[in-house]
Amino acid sequence: MYVAGVDVGSTATKAAVMGEDGQLVGTGLSPTGANVVRAAERVFQEACRAAHIEEFDVAYIIGTGYGRYKVPFGHAQVTEISCHAKGAVSLFPNTRTIVDIGGQDTKAIRTNAAGEVVDFCMNDKCAAGTGRFLDACAAVLDMKLSEIGDASLRSTHPLKITNVCTVFVESEIVSQLAHGEKVEDILRGVHNAIAGRSVALLRRVGIEEQMTFTGGVSRNGGMVRALEERLGMKINVNDLSQYVGALGAAAFALERVKHGIDLPARVERPAPTHSGSH
Amino acid sequence: MITVGVDLGAGTTKAVVLESPDLLRARYFVRTGTKLEEAAASVREGVLQAAGLRPAEVDYVASTGYGRYQDKSRDIQITEVTCHARGAHHLFPATRCVIDIGAQSSRAIQVDGGRVRKFKMNDRCAAGAGRFLERISRALEVDLATIGPLSLESKDPTPISSICAVIAESEVINHVTEGRTVEDILMGAHQSIADRVIALARQVGVEDEVTLTGGLSANPGMVRALERRLGRHVNVSADSHYAGAIGAALLGQQRLQKLRAGADGKPNTYDTNIPLKPPVPIGT
Repeated sequence: MYVAGVDVGSTATKAAVMGEDGQLVGTGLSPTGANVVRAAERVFQEACRAAHIEEFDVAYIIGTGYGRYKVPFGHAQVTEISCHAKGAVSLFPNTRTIVDIGGQDTKAIRTNAAGEVVDFCMNDKCAAGTGRFLDACAAVLDMKLSEIGDASLRSTHPLKITNVCTVFVESEIVSQLAHGEKVEDILRGVHNAIAGRSVALLRRVGIEEQMTFTGGVSRNGGMVRALEERLGMKINVNDLSQYVGALGAAAFALERVKHGIDLPARVERPAPTHSGSH
Repeated sequence: MITVGVDLGAGTTKAVVLESPDLLRARYFVRTGTKLEEAAASVREGVLQAAGLRPAEVDYVASTGYGRYQDKSRDIQITEVTCHARGAHHLFPATRCVIDIGAQSSRAIQVDGGRVRKFKMNDRCAAGAGRFLERISRALEVDLATIGPLSLESKDPTPISSICAVIAESEVINHVTEGRTVEDILMGAHQSIADRVIALARQVGVEDEVTLTGGLSANPGMVRALERRLGRHVNVSADSHYAGAIGAALLGQQRLQKLRAGADGKPNTYDTNIPLKPPVPIGT
């Protein structure tokens, strides 16, 4: 018996498949794009393939993330706040504070040892301090999103970025380039600016060790460093950090199955259109 | 007496040549770009050429806008709030409320006889400013100059729920995939800006007459959205874009008159901390 969590974020959609013992057996990742339903199907199929199981082996599926109601094969939905707390504690059991930086929002969550949410705070009104902000900076500098973190670590004289608004930061970067500033110094400034905003959000829920970094931006080494410096403490991050929401959703699914919930009749799922095509 | 008003904005740099309070001799604008000093120099060169004047014939230069300190040949700099109030009053003397929407900032000013009574502004974020529309037009692949007229063709405006320009960009793409028309999305975007600036205006008090200034005053979609959302007529003229520069030139002229009359014994009340040029002796 298997369970799964599908986390439909603004930028990326993630899936995690878990065995009866709570062991992660497969993951899937895809850009969300305009067709949210397709993205959810794709990552679920990918995770099942990675786990070497059939889709019908998965007994219970929970959707989370902003597109959680667009997982047509999901049996239930749980908010991403709850899933991130659950997932972070399952990945790093001593987690008490979570900083989640996604494509379009940033969250600060405080949790207890059971992975229950104690408090949270979020910015989803504006792109400042989110992955989008980094995306825009990378585009202005004509770099790949995956390169800018490492580039920022080569900075010797970090610049101070004064704007908060993503749109204005783009112009600020253009004028800094025009004044001959170094790309890595600009980038370090950008990372520091985001770290500053995230830490302000974290302070509102209270910072308690250990801190775990989740969401797509946790893949950026420059961001990890900038946050650690600003916080003055180590933060937990690993290859699964981006999947924490999906992991948490799968953990909830497993709990529900184990506690003998009445499994609803399977929602009719459209036949996979591209199964095994790549 | 020739005064030049220069308004260094985030998007464009505007300049006017004023011969007397009633005689505007020339107007000119350039894109600001990243080098403010160069923008200031080139706009002055352009406006003097348009006026048929040599630099030596200029008596006084007043600069305003966020880049006002970068205009190296200024005699004085004045905040844009003061200048927009004065400029709007000059264009429409019954103005009581000025709404200025620029590329990177928007402000609402309550004025009385051209003087500022209260103001509110947003220059922290692109929501409610021209950059918001720039992003939307880019996402829709529509030329920025045509978005205003295009939006007027909207029959059923699509509300844009995201406040942030960057997030609104993705929202707009979703609206397109859902089959909303470009006109409807564009009018929705104009209404979004209107709602942001009206929120500012309500804080200072909306009273007739309302005058729109700044770069977005040239956009008919913006004027329509503001009028509909406010339920009032909004004054706009071809010179609304130059309101800041006109205000600067007028205030500069006033200042120069005082200096020449020798009646000015008191310190400068504007935000200046550079020494003024000595008064120009009359008849030289």
